[in-house]
Amino acid sequence: MRDNRNLKLLVLKRFPIILFVIIFIVFGIFSSNWFTLKNLENILSQSSYIGILATAITIVLLTGGVDISIGANMFLSASIAGLLMAKGWPIWTTVIVCLLVGFLYGCVNSFLVVKLKIVPFIATLGTMTAGRGLALIITKSAAVSLPKELISGFGSGKLLGIIPYPIIVFLLIILVAAIFLKYVPIGRRIYAVGNDAECAKKAGINVKRTISFVYITCGVLAAIAGIVSAAQIGNINAGFGVGYEFNAIAASVLGGTSMIGGIGTVFPGALIGTLIMQMIQAGLVYMQVDLYIQPIVNAAIILLAVFLDSVRTNYIHKLDARNIRVD
Amino acid sequence: MPNKKEETLCLENIRKKFFGVYALVDVSLSIGKGEIVGLIGENGAGKSTMMNIIGGVLQPNNGTMSINGIPYSPKSPADAKQNGIAFIHQELNLFNNLSILDNMYINSYKRIPGTPFLNKKKMHGEVKKILATIDLDVSPETTVEKLCMGERQLVEIAKALSANPDIIIFDEPTTSLTSRETKKLFSIIKKLREDGKSIIYISHILEDVLNLADKIVVLRDGKVTDCDDKSAYTIDRMISSMVGRKIEQLYPAELPVPKDQILLEVKNVSQPGVVRDISFNVNSGEIVGIYGLMGSGRSELANIIFGLDPYEKGEIVFKGEKIKIQDPINRIQKGMAFVTENRREEGLLMDFSIYNNIDLVSLRQNTKLLNLIDNKKTAEQVNHSKETLRIKCDDVKQPVKSLSGGNQQKVVIGKWLMSKPDLLIVDEPTRGIDVGAKSEIYHIINNLVKEGIGALIISSEMEELMGICNRIIVMKKGEIMGSLEHQEFSQEGIIGLAFAQSSNNTEERKEGGENERQ
Repeated sequence: MRDNRNLKLLVLKRFPIILFVIIFIVFGIFSSNWFTLKNLENILSQSSYIGILATAITIVLLTGGVDISIGANMFLSASIAGLLMAKGWPIWTTVIVCLLVGFLYGCVNSFLVVKLKIVPFIATLGTMTAGRGLALIITKSAAVSLPKELISGFGSGKLLGIIPYPIIVFLLIILVAAIFLKYVPIGRRIYAVGNDAECAKKAGINVKRTISFVYITCGVLAAIAGIVSAAQIGNINAGFGVGYEFNAIAASVLGGTSMIGGIGTVFPGALIGTLIMQMIQAGLVYMQVDLYIQPIVNAAIILLAVFLDSVRTNYIHKLDARNIRVD
Repeated sequence: MPNKKEETLCLENIRKKFFGVYALVDVSLSIGKGEIVGLIGENGAGKSTMMNIIGGVLQPNNGTMSINGIPYSPKSPADAKQNGIAFIHQELNLFNNLSILDNMYINSYKRIPGTPFLNKKKMHGEVKKILATIDLDVSPETTVEKLCMGERQLVEIAKALSANPDIIIFDEPTTSLTSRETKKLFSIIKKLREDGKSIIYISHILEDVLNLADKIVVLRDGKVTDCDDKSAYTIDRMISSMVGRKIEQLYPAELPVPKDQILLEVKNVSQPGVVRDISFNVNSGEIVGIYGLMGSGRSELANIIFGLDPYEKGEIVFKGEKIKIQDPINRIQKGMAFVTENRREEGLLMDFSIYNNIDLVSLRQNTKLLNLIDNKKTAEQVNHSKETLRIKCDDVKQPVKSLSGGNQQKVVIGKWLMSKPDLLIVDEPTRGIDVGAKSEIYHIINNLVKEGIGALIISSEMEELMGICNRIIVMKKGEIMGSLEHQEFSQEGIIGLAFAQSSNNTEERKEGGENERQ
């Protein structure tokens, strides 16, 4: 029985990687040019912005919170940047403005969650609706086109002609976030707060500051995802970023992050989760699955991810149950 | 005893008043360097108040404290820590998802000079050193989740030791440990004594205190009733110093008379890790009490009977009908009611009104056409419960959190009475409520049972069980140690059973140490 349990635990823990390998191979069998460098580059490149969002949401989920306003944040910050570029502002200045918008977005979220103590889901549901509304006012619901330099120079450009810039930004963010979570004190404290906020308070951790930090970081990362995605697509229309928060949460949870907080990683977790999501999407296109069925498959993945999370949670719960006597 | 004369911590005439009631009255105590003081007393005797004062959580109204002759008046727990006091609490304060190292340094990480990065190497070395002193042979990088309870307790101690304290306070450290883990803990405590640390050891397990302490202090009703060298004590003396109070006329004058009809029959119920071979009956018109210390499995047994937790072996027969499936709804419909231990977390919706709390269980019964809720009928019933239970409130629509503890408890009872149960299970009926409300609750239970229902009362307060029960069952470590009829009740008898060594306990617990670890 104990071996059985250990095996279960092992599978549970390695589930993301096991799933990744299985899906990779299955698609390879069904489509002829799956195992080509070009395809892999495509998948990675298209994962970039979802991967950045997944990193952002992972950091929030680790504290036991959630931020569903990231899609709207992308839309707002990228739209403002796009409009400023159209007015002839220099690209780097607008990028900084874009990050600033994301930062302020995060500040509003952390104010609602930390100061007003609104449940994160509701607080960010509010800022999601409001943020998208604000962006629609600013853009007058018209699509915003981005300058050519940004699209060809960054969105579809490659470093030394080999690695696409979006992939570099994506991997760099994963790297920095992973090091931050593992080797910097506040990164470790994020895990502590997510495990037990009460206990963290007793240990002398500034819980409010930690949680504020998390929402603000998430806001900035969402703005980066916005600019990356906009540069890849070339313009920003009214549907930009819609539903991305769910892809990001699904990617994060598929990568092993727990919705109750305290458990999860950016590397390999969020990275693997993102790749799984993107691989499935690309795979469905390769296999020429009906366009209308694709969202259903996507939803199935999200449900699977959440189901996995609940299995995990139950298991943790069982581990925590105290034994009074042993027979 | 080395350095027996040298006093480390000294308390003089400490008084502490809560809302006009003294929790501590002129308590004086001194602890020497390299001495273990055992502190015992019933629940509510003032042990935790005293520890909170030493630990800087509370400030005394009167009296002084000193450490090594220097006046000591801590303003906060951090202040106490700086003065060399370390606490090891009953419940663990660990982050299970993090490593031992993280847990020890979570708020005082050492960094590589000039960078924001953790200096893992340096911390690793220091943690290793501390772990070696407490014989915990695991890597500092081990996740706490992977450790068994005993090892986690040791991590708590390691955390305390990292601040290099002079005085270490252990509050019930063994409740979740196996006997082997306990033994190890004791040898570590003794080692700390040899290193010149002063130790206060609080426990309900009298044998442990007797075995470990150099000096024993007994608290009762906020006063030190007995204080002597260990050698002067026997278990009997400890017990009689702890209790010894007369029970006041707090309880109903007449006990209900049990009928001949068995209401609940629990036959050989076992659940691995929780309870073993539990058998007993509750008749109609009878109040049965279950007494046990913390960790005896009393609340868990109630959860099993009510269908909140599963059981593997045995059977539960209620009103002549076997119930096997684990499902509280089924039992509520059959006529069981369960007033839980934590009214705040489990028993009440604190932000909801009295009305909405009371009608919760019986919503289903108070419906009219199309299954809509009959508000008129419900309102009548809620008002009726408010009257009969004498819930003190301005309006039944006011939120439950605005009520006193005693009235909150009445709301929970009222909620269950709405469903007209045949068996009322109450876990800790009077925890944290004042004497007046306690007495009312005893009378409510007594009257209900006199009307013919049965009651199962789980409590860690022996006196209340002796005051209201027809029969008391005593549990220890998931087993029934014995059962006493009303005429046999005595505090010594009950404590004797609760502290008794069970026949095959020790060996089994040894095995347990291996199984728990995975």
